[in-house]
Amino acid sequence: MALSAPRDQHTTDTVLNARSDARAQGGQSTEWMPYLPASSSPFAPAGTDPASLVWGEVVAPGGYTHKVVARGTRIRFDDPTGNACANLVVYNALEPTERLNVADTQKIPWQAYLGAGHPLLSGDGRVLASIVADTSGRHDAFCGTSTDAWNERKYGDSRPEGPTPSGRGLLVKAAAKHGLGRRDLPPSISLFQGVRVDSDGQLGWQGSAGARTYVELVAELPLLVLVANVAHPLDPRTDYVVGPLHVHAWRGRATGPTDARFGTAPELERAYLNTIDYAEARGL
Amino acid sequence: MTMISSTVPVGASFAAGSELDWAQSLVPGLVVLDERVPPNAPWSGVVAAGQVLTIVDVGGNQSGDCLMYNTADHEERYSVPDTLTWEQNAYVSTGTVLRSSEGRPLMTVVGNEIDRHDTIGGACSKESNTLRYGHHVMYHHGCRENFLAEASRHGLGVRDLVSNLNWFMNVPVETDGALGIVDGLSAPGRRVAVRAEMDVLVLVSNCPQMNNPCNDFNPTPLRMIVVEPS
Repeated sequence: MALSAPRDQHTTDTVLNARSDARAQGGQSTEWMPYLPASSSPFAPAGTDPASLVWGEVVAPGGYTHKVVARGTRIRFDDPTGNACANLVVYNALEPTERLNVADTQKIPWQAYLGAGHPLLSGDGRVLASIVADTSGRHDAFCGTSTDAWNERKYGDSRPEGPTPSGRGLLVKAAAKHGLGRRDLPPSISLFQGVRVDSDGQLGWQGSAGARTYVELVAELPLLVLVANVAHPLDPRTDYVVGPLHVHAWRGRATGPTDARFGTAPELERAYLNTIDYAEARGL
Repeated sequence: MTMISSTVPVGASFAAGSELDWAQSLVPGLVVLDERVPPNAPWSGVVAAGQVLTIVDVGGNQSGDCLMYNTADHEERYSVPDTLTWEQNAYVSTGTVLRSSEGRPLMTVVGNEIDRHDTIGGACSKESNTLRYGHHVMYHHGCRENFLAEASRHGLGVRDLVSNLNWFMNVPVETDGALGIVDGLSAPGRRVAVRAEMDVLVLVSNCPQMNNPCNDFNPTPLRMIVVEPS
């Protein structure tokens, strides 16, 4: 039996009928959606106290999300399929001119590849977020995310509402919801799809480490987080393949002198000192 | 003018006797601009579509930190990730197309006398210097300071500073991901030439850094020559 057309499934000839029809649609769930309250997420990471969750969401393939989280918040990204690609930009939520600086994030730690212990640095000598756990090891701070020009060349279409959206197109919308424009989008990083540099400088796509890996960040300042979940620009597959991305966050504590990671490198220690200095002066 | 004394600590300049080679444009043509950038100083200029900017590394191994903007829409600016992704290479060399945040060509490297240039290492700043070298260097001059001062002449600010390109600077990425600024590959009088693919505002910081080898610990001038190719 053929399913009836959408038009035939709704009685909306009066305001009261339309209201009833709309209200009857509540309470459903789907594969990608935010969970509110966050404690109701069916994908809450093992070992977390659901009551402490402040963010529980499955980001659709080709979707984006964004949130402001408090200093100390722990943010976890899960790639359940091995095909997620979390393109991230982070800002100091109090002064968004302070934002992710990918050059400093690679240069200051003397390390181009992101992993556990790596700071996400701003251009102001502070740590916006720390990578504190990583079971993937396949990330990229070189290629940024796709632009409209790239996706039009590669797939023939880049529309954010289409089947092959560009990451930049989505980040532009996420940024706009916080009063930020194109000029406020610096180079981004991406999680779960690795890139490595060979001796000639060639950038090679590694792809993912497989299904069910995760990365955890600690917000070292009040953080505006923008996330676009789109195919990596160097993904060699002809088709546009991207899986769902789980995002959870819960209340926690910013890095301090008693944490082992605080003093693992002199550059890192001074970056944390700068961050704490700022937070203390602001009364955070 | 009489020399006055000052209590202000300023950045270093090149040592007496340093070899300087001012060279000429790398491509022939009608010269429309020819300016000398002193050590530690910023510079900016507009290069019209089709014109070629030659940058002369007058004293050798002097990093010229560089940002580019579409003059018709400053929100479209140089993008490191787009440049790397389209080239599928981490280094800048002959033929590299320098792309914008919208993936479009801003400039193309049409002449080059050193192996490669860096576009990963970014710019030095007073703030990042505190991470790398300690808080005692907070009052050293830095490229981000130059960029902010020069950008402000064009209505641009801190929101407009993004990851940049470093002419004549050498930042290898090793197999384990180790990366850093190491001794340069350039020499006095070596040049790079870039052709504008649209009207481009170019900002340059003649890097004042004295804590790493990006200018051989001896800041020297740069020469900027724009020609209409013949």
